[in-house]
Amino acid sequence: MNRAHTKKVTLLVLIFNLTVVNLSTKIHNITLKNPVMTASGTFGYGEEFADFIDLSRLGGIIVKGTTGERRQGNPYPRMAETPSGMLNAVGLQNVGVETFCREVYPRIKDIDTKIFVNVSGSSIEEYCHVAEMIDELDNIPGIELNISCPNVKKGGMGFGTNPDMAAQVVRAVRQVYHKTLIVKLTPNVTSVVDIAKAVEQAGADSVSLINTLLGMAIDVERQRPYLSTITGGLSGPCVKPVAVRMVWQVAHAVQIPVVGLGGISTAADALEFLMAGAKAIEVGTANFLDPTVTVKIVEGLEDYCQRHHIDDINDIIGII
Amino acid sequence: MKHITDFTIVCREQLGKHYFALTLRHPDLLPPIAAGQFVEVEVRNCREVMLRRPISIHDVDSSANTLTLLVQIVGNGTRQLATLNEGDTLNLIYPLGHGFSLLGNNPLLVGGGAGIAPLLYLAKCYNDRGVRPTILLGGRTKELIPVREAFEPYGKVLYSTEDGSLGEKGLVTQHSLFFAPYDHICTCGPTPMMKAVGRYAVEKGIPCEVSLENMMACGIGACLCCVTDTVDGHKCVCKEGPVFDVTKLADFLENK
Repeated sequence: MNRAHTKKVTLLVLIFNLTVVNLSTKIHNITLKNPVMTASGTFGYGEEFADFIDLSRLGGIIVKGTTGERRQGNPYPRMAETPSGMLNAVGLQNVGVETFCREVYPRIKDIDTKIFVNVSGSSIEEYCHVAEMIDELDNIPGIELNISCPNVKKGGMGFGTNPDMAAQVVRAVRQVYHKTLIVKLTPNVTSVVDIAKAVEQAGADSVSLINTLLGMAIDVERQRPYLSTITGGLSGPCVKPVAVRMVWQVAHAVQIPVVGLGGISTAADALEFLMAGAKAIEVGTANFLDPTVTVKIVEGLEDYCQRHHIDDINDIIGII
Repeated sequence: MKHITDFTIVCREQLGKHYFALTLRHPDLLPPIAAGQFVEVEVRNCREVMLRRPISIHDVDSSANTLTLLVQIVGNGTRQLATLNEGDTLNLIYPLGHGFSLLGNNPLLVGGGAGIAPLLYLAKCYNDRGVRPTILLGGRTKELIPVREAFEPYGKVLYSTEDGSLGEKGLVTQHSLFFAPYDHICTCGPTPMMKAVGRYAVEKGIPCEVSLENMMACGIGACLCCVTDTVDGHKCVCKEGPVFDVTKLADFLENK
């Protein structure tokens, strides 16, 4: 919280006799100033949004999926709008871990929020290599291990759809990575609970869910798929009920903290995930529609707690 | 610096069946806007539309705090925008992208269809530098060149129509004055047109800038959806473009 904001809050508390609300939550041993984080791949490295919001208002930023080598991603077109949602097939375009550490990290390391790196790969060795390099960065307190990207041919979701494979990659990364390890799960499975339990067993400190739902859309005029890759990942408000359900199921099945995401665009959406058991949430696609939406959600959570006389947001986490 | 803010529509003008122009006013001074930059417009009250729509900036009047968007009705989003009236508000993220360089002392601006939109403000910016461009506007018919007279104070205006209803009959690249010795070419319009213009420019060694319009989600370089292939790999059209030096685009000039 910046000084001006603290002052404003203090003033309001004095004038209106409001409750001081604690929005701070914990993921493993990391304290977030509030539960609102940004989802990987929807917020760049944070810098893209600095014109619009004070990044220090956020609980956390999860930066773009990072791989061992620089990746070009899939060919254009790699986006299609669908009812209350969109399909993407970006395919992990990123600068690669070395450039990230050398060029991007120095630019973003002093942003006053918790910065996580989403770690991706095509092989266990690649995941470990990236995690090891990120482990060296002082101001990155954790990683989000992406075993759920639906848009890459090798690896990605392949690791996240099988409990044994998921456990294997988590165990390997756990050996080389010493800080908070969040594992991002795919919804494209028969039982997300089985995967969540497997990665918990393998040493994950937290799980985040859901990554995008595998989908497809066809341009009937041109008689061909909209995406160059035919299929892609569905995100946006349309996936939210699926995500809330999965977060609720997983939160009841594991001991480690759950981070919820999938279609969150308002404070009420965020509250659904918190009540379903998420200790923190990530805002994704909504950043594209309104680059200030994350701060509006933080303010909305504060307002909700005021209205309901809740002085600690943790009191409503997992009440369902 | 980019902004997200509400504008009020102060003028709505229908331009034939397929186009309309919205002039938007903001209570505050507008930030500096480069010719070729665009806005991301929020589309409200439309079930089919979730994402903003990128629309190029047609004109800017800094003294009146207004900017004008020229919109072609192509789908659900633009159809919904067409229902807006004077007095309505419109939420914009702007100014976005990387505009034209304003290089050259004898430039040619080539526009086709909705691609003529950024060329008006571009022509004005050239005039501010003391340069009067040649402006070549093309369309299948006269009706599909929605703005004509507005260009006339800012340069020599030429027309090409495929049916010969205005100017010379044929494509812009067949116009007799297309081949004059220009020292810079800027083009925006249908991809086949821009490719033909770009190929000619490269062949003659004339610097050429093209303005691309890939499908976008965020408009600020975060989602990486709108990429185009360049000699330096995939680049976001929204952030590194929409205006590119044609020689930096990979495979753009190939006939496909």
